[in-house]
Amino acid sequence: MQTAIIIPAILNGVLMGAVYALVALGLTLIYGVLHIINFAHGALLTAALFAVYFCFRTLGIDPYVAVLGLAPLFFLLGYALQRFVIGPAAHGEDSNILLVTLGIAVVIENALLYVFRADTRTIDVPYGFSVIEFGGTFLSVPRVVGFFAAFAVAGLLWAILALTDTGKAIRAVAKEKRGAELSGIDVAHIYAMTFGLGTACLAVAACLLMPSYYVNPHVGNAFVLVAFTIVVLGGMGSVPGALIGGLFAGVVESLCGFYLGESLGQIGIFLMFILVLLFRPTGLLGARA
Amino acid sequence: MHTDPILEVRALRAGYGATEILCGIDLLVKRGEIVAVLGSNGAGKSTLNLAISGVVRVRAGAVVFSGETISQSSASSIVGRGLVHVPEGRRIFPNLSVHDNLDLGSYRRGRAHREENRERVYGIFPRLCERRTQRAGTLSGGEQQMLAIGRGLMAEPQLIILDEPSLGLSPLLVEELFALIARLNRAGLAILLVEQNVMQSLHLAHRAYIMENGRIVMSGSAEEIRSNPDLKRAYLGM
Repeated sequence: MQTAIIIPAILNGVLMGAVYALVALGLTLIYGVLHIINFAHGALLTAALFAVYFCFRTLGIDPYVAVLGLAPLFFLLGYALQRFVIGPAAHGEDSNILLVTLGIAVVIENALLYVFRADTRTIDVPYGFSVIEFGGTFLSVPRVVGFFAAFAVAGLLWAILALTDTGKAIRAVAKEKRGAELSGIDVAHIYAMTFGLGTACLAVAACLLMPSYYVNPHVGNAFVLVAFTIVVLGGMGSVPGALIGGLFAGVVESLCGFYLGESLGQIGIFLMFILVLLFRPTGLLGARA
Repeated sequence: MHTDPILEVRALRAGYGATEILCGIDLLVKRGEIVAVLGSNGAGKSTLNLAISGVVRVRAGAVVFSGETISQSSASSIVGRGLVHVPEGRRIFPNLSVHDNLDLGSYRRGRAHREENRERVYGIFPRLCERRTQRAGTLSGGEQQMLAIGRGLMAEPQLIILDEPSLGLSPLLVEELFALIARLNRAGLAILLVEQNVMQSLHLAHRAYIMENGRIVMSGSAEEIRSNPDLKRAYLGM
């Protein structure tokens, strides 16, 4: 009797966790290479959700089609932010970078608030409430799509990092900036590429979320708190850690929601966060400091 | 036989913050030459290298490479011109394989001949070939030094700066390293060698500069410096 309810809860948690993982992937990539926490991550996710909303409502483009345009667009946005705003404003000081990203977050959120007001908005796609049956459980179609797409993006990201010159340069800069500079790698460009990739992850996450979710000017913050927990859980800067951590956080949230009530689901995530900080501060897959 | 200058440093000043480390350095490397820069710890040798290769900003003076001023160029564009700096402490990419470390050496320059240059480096360092799939961070100190030099060679340098390449190597490996430097030079490569290993460097180099407190205090042919007892006592602590 119990398992008949718990299994769907776990499956739904896994599905949601994949999208969490995608948001966390962008955050951990930027952290791993630039060694900064990007406080603008949540606001950029919010902006991406509004972009999806705008594409659907005004242009009539389905989110799953819009991703083809929004992912490159947000890549360019992230690239430009790092190259022309964050990088030059930081003057090489990490504490400055934190403040600059925080400032960008404030600007983006308030600009969205001004344009879209504080209302919560949704879109109605024809498949918004479709379900498919999987082993006796009914799963929401947008969440299933989100799950597979999130893994596809993670796989693509892995391929870029492992196989291309730019990807190898990103990994090189992450661990040995001076050596990279002296090998002819333009570090400012690589930083911006990394920031662009991390931001593109958000655009994809937004397209996957919007069919079954909502947007308002502050919605990104909730995600980024969870994503930050995932980054710490998986190990700061670890890409596989972000994936595993994301799925885990999704399941924890879903089970807590099941036992404690829907609105308390995220308590489990933050309890987990505190436990990780207490007992394994380097995270599940993190290297020792 | 060496006449045409490949690198000219004129009245170079550089430093960090309020501290000036280099107080007007003049230095010349001609094509095909090995030039040694010697001096004790803290004399400013590494800062000089970093200023030449565009990592530390040049405050005054000029760096001219192959007839073009590069004092304000970025580090990556300087590599693009064929001036490659193999830094002190190796600075290899510990999380990447030996193979990928070498490939990134040709990120900016030499990409068209990447395969053949990689094979050439494996020919020079068969040990690296054996470990091509291993993560570079797991290599021994000597192997890491080979990798750092190999990565530098991947960019098809016209001039290579070797900063303390013998640091931390066993005497036998130092022997091998110096033999390799001589071999690379015989193949036509100009080398700026920064070393604390004074006598061996003076045997290898054509000319040498002695640095002290951010200044060049003596320069001349390696032979002259080697046979000057006062100089050895005063600056090289021998």
